[in-house]
Amino acid sequence: MAENDDDKTPSVPASGDEPVRPAVPEEPTVQATVPSTPEFDFSAEQNELRTGLRRFVERQSDEATVRRLIETDLGYDRALWGRLGSELGALALAVPEDLGGAGAGLVDQAIAAEELGAALFCGPLLGTVGLAIPALVAAPAGPVRDELLPALAEGTRTAAFVGALFAPYDPSATTIASSGAGERTTLSGTVEQVPDAGAADVLLVAASGPDGPVLVAVESADARITVRGSLDLTRRHARVDLDGAQGRVVASGAGADRAIRHAYAVAGVLLAAEQVGIAQHLLDITVAYAKERLQFGRPIGSFQAVKHRCADMLVAVEHARSTAYHAAWAVQDPSLDDPELAVAIAQSTCSEACYRIAADAIQMHGGIGFTWEHQAHLYYKRAIADAALLGSAEAYREVVSSRVLDALGDVRAPVVATG
Amino acid sequence: MSPGTSTTTSDALRVEEAARKVVAEHDPRSVPSEELLGALFDAGLAWVSFPEGLGGLGLSRGLQSIVDGIVVDAGGPRGFALNPIGYGMGAPTVVEYAQSTEQARDWLRPLATCEDIWCQLFSEPGAGSDVAGLATTAVRDGDEWVLNGQKVWTTLAHVSRWGMVVARTDPDQPKHRGLTYFVLDMHQPGVDVRPLRQMTGQAEFNEVYLNDARIPDANRLGEVGAGWKVAITTLMNERTAIGGVAGKRGTGPIAEALGLWSAMPERRTPVLRDRLSALWTKTEAHRLTLARARRTATKGQPGPEGSVSKLVAAELNQDVYEFCMDLLGPEALLYDDYTLRRADRIGHDPGATLQQRFLRSRANTIEGGTSEVMRNILGERVLGLPGDMRADSDRPWREVPRG
Ligand SMILES: Cc1cc2nc3c(=O)[nH]c(=O)nc-3n(C[C@H](O)[C@H](O)[C@H](O)COP(=O)(O)OP(=O)(O)OC[C@H]3O[C@@H](n4cnc5c(N)ncnc54)[C@H](O)[C@@H]3O)c2cc1C
Repeated sequence: MAENDDDKTPSVPASGDEPVRPAVPEEPTVQATVPSTPEFDFSAEQNELRTGLRRFVERQSDEATVRRLIETDLGYDRALWGRLGSELGALALAVPEDLGGAGAGLVDQAIAAEELGAALFCGPLLGTVGLAIPALVAAPAGPVRDELLPALAEGTRTAAFVGALFAPYDPSATTIASSGAGERTTLSGTVEQVPDAGAADVLLVAASGPDGPVLVAVESADARITVRGSLDLTRRHARVDLDGAQGRVVASGAGADRAIRHAYAVAGVLLAAEQVGIAQHLLDITVAYAKERLQFGRPIGSFQAVKHRCADMLVAVEHARSTAYHAAWAVQDPSLDDPELAVAIAQSTCSEACYRIAADAIQMHGGIGFTWEHQAHLYYKRAIADAALLGSAEAYREVVSSRVLDALGDVRAPVVATG
Repeated sequence: MSPGTSTTTSDALRVEEAARKVVAEHDPRSVPSEELLGALFDAGLAWVSFPEGLGGLGLSRGLQSIVDGIVVDAGGPRGFALNPIGYGMGAPTVVEYAQSTEQARDWLRPLATCEDIWCQLFSEPGAGSDVAGLATTAVRDGDEWVLNGQKVWTTLAHVSRWGMVVARTDPDQPKHRGLTYFVLDMHQPGVDVRPLRQMTGQAEFNEVYLNDARIPDANRLGEVGAGWKVAITTLMNERTAIGGVAGKRGTGPIAEALGLWSAMPERRTPVLRDRLSALWTKTEAHRLTLARARRTATKGQPGPEGSVSKLVAAELNQDVYEFCMDLLGPEALLYDDYTLRRADRIGHDPGATLQQRFLRSRANTIEGGTSEVMRNILGERVLGLPGDMRADSDRPWREVPRG
């Protein structure tokens, strides 16, 4: 494992030196080679992966642990993070084998995200697994990528992705400028809120350079990172100030655009899967409570108001699950659907479902659900944050509108009665 | 909401004159609030619908807003804001059920001046929506009652002098019939108040343990075994109080949304714009409904209609703060800190951040009766729909399953 920061490997030309025009030819999408089970059909291995992870988080990320970790400076347990990488291999499921991963696929990674989300596992999952690793996987081969990827996959190092993370991917939205087009570059600019940045060893920065997008790796020590008070206690945000920071170019131009686009798609899938895990967990505890809590001499679940609310939660979870899985399969195998549309469907569905379910879970628990001692608020705070990350439900509905409604071609109008 | 006895112009003038006189003689900007609130009580302006001598003038409830308007315009405090449970629920219950006028006056004046804060000890771990299912016992011992049990989610118990408490005096009766209502001295031995932290990080409510706490029989409100009837008075007043008073157009939580909207032109989208105008319109409909109800409010007790405004206010608050969070964008996810704080007030704390209010609003559909229970009340008691199947109302309380 190349964990050596000073390893410059100068003999290999950095990807930034590659001419960006003419455009890089369309490369096949990264995981297209992964043998995939038919959509929605989980293999025995995938079911085992789910069971194994569930058992792991039951022991290692129980409520008491989560509550302890949110009180610590770092916000997560480095040793446990390392085990997630090395022992369980849960960080690099979707990384091809020749790049040091399990070569499994995004569906597998989504299963992990769902289980880790259900347990509110504390750690830089979104930054490292959701964004940085897929960006590196999709970036052209090069020394920075080859050095970083194995360390992130193994869990010996962690990453955060610095970009406009509160909207669907938009190459023009970055506020970070990169100057110089060589192997190294100088960055300027600030991003106010970067999830996981306070816990990251390395920052992967989506910047804009003279020739379009640039993907740059910056050691955290070379940036000014200020952890901010976060509503969501289990995933913190930090301000990242990059004025004058030196970074190493991972990709530029079309190569960078492709890498970042892929990272957003993967992160969209994993965030949706996480929301499914959270929503399912909240449905489970709410239904269990509705069965055991007695008022008026009856279990509250026997009241239609409660029963109907639980039924609506169930419908929302099922819809969320279908869209999240579909997005995972589509990003893994774009022959199934337009991956960006699939992610947009999933993000708009899951963000809304997860937040609504979290609010309902508090309501169905009554006064207990509003207390600090109860776990509902920890999930509720993650749910509202997840609903905003990578873009709101509305923003993704806009993506759906532009791809579906605005793309309507010559469609024969139905016969309409005119009275 | 049926039209009540309409108030005469002369009543309105009388109230207005009296309020102006108090404010002129006790300038809110120079005298302590206790003095001003005491003078309002003495002039019968604390609750104009109460009897004379007990903080009222025996007039229509609807006239109270004239007083409140004059006091606030002069820079004075609203007693209701300082002692919400006392003003909103304690006072109307005491005035109706105290055993003697002297007793009522002894409680009401310091309540009105806010020297004595009041709290409501109804809910228990096993009895929230089903308050009548509560298990705290009161056993008679000569001229006193001895209370044992645990109350929970008691707002302001840690700063309260008096608590309204309902306890079970006969477990062999069906649940509604075995209850008795008391006023409890919160400063006595046997009353143990412990902070209970909320998801906002604050602790405005508490757990209250009662271990052989003694209450003189003179502090009983209503008859022995008739505590449920008294409790209903408190609860109906609670809903009316929580449902709010009709303020000026565009005030309250919606003002925050409007302020944010005007401050953040860069965040505006057609979708958010549509949401905000829908929220604004609904707020206005709510405000006008409150204003209409006040026009027709009589001296009498508030009816189950209070549940309409409680239901709407709670859900509107949540919707407005959810909207604000969406409009605020990523910044909404930043939060000062969750350090445990003991709130000595509830309601609108001008220093609270938007995020804090957003989190706090999750309680609105739970506190003072959940929205599900409000809808049951509207369906059954206002619309007259058939009642829910009751597993417990005819059985001795002792035999009903609880948990
Ligand atoms: C911030 C806050 C402040 C409070 N302050 C006070 C106070 O000062 N004094 C006090 O006495 N109490 C206070 N409470 C308690 C409050 O009144 C109760 O929490 C509330 O009545 C609900 O009871 P519960 O928590 O036991 O929930 P439960 O009754 O257990 O309800 C759980 C869920 O079941 C639903 N449900 C229950 N029964 C029915 C039914 N028949 N039909 C349909 N749905 C039903 C509820 O709506 C809810 O969603 C406070 C609560 C909060 C959150």
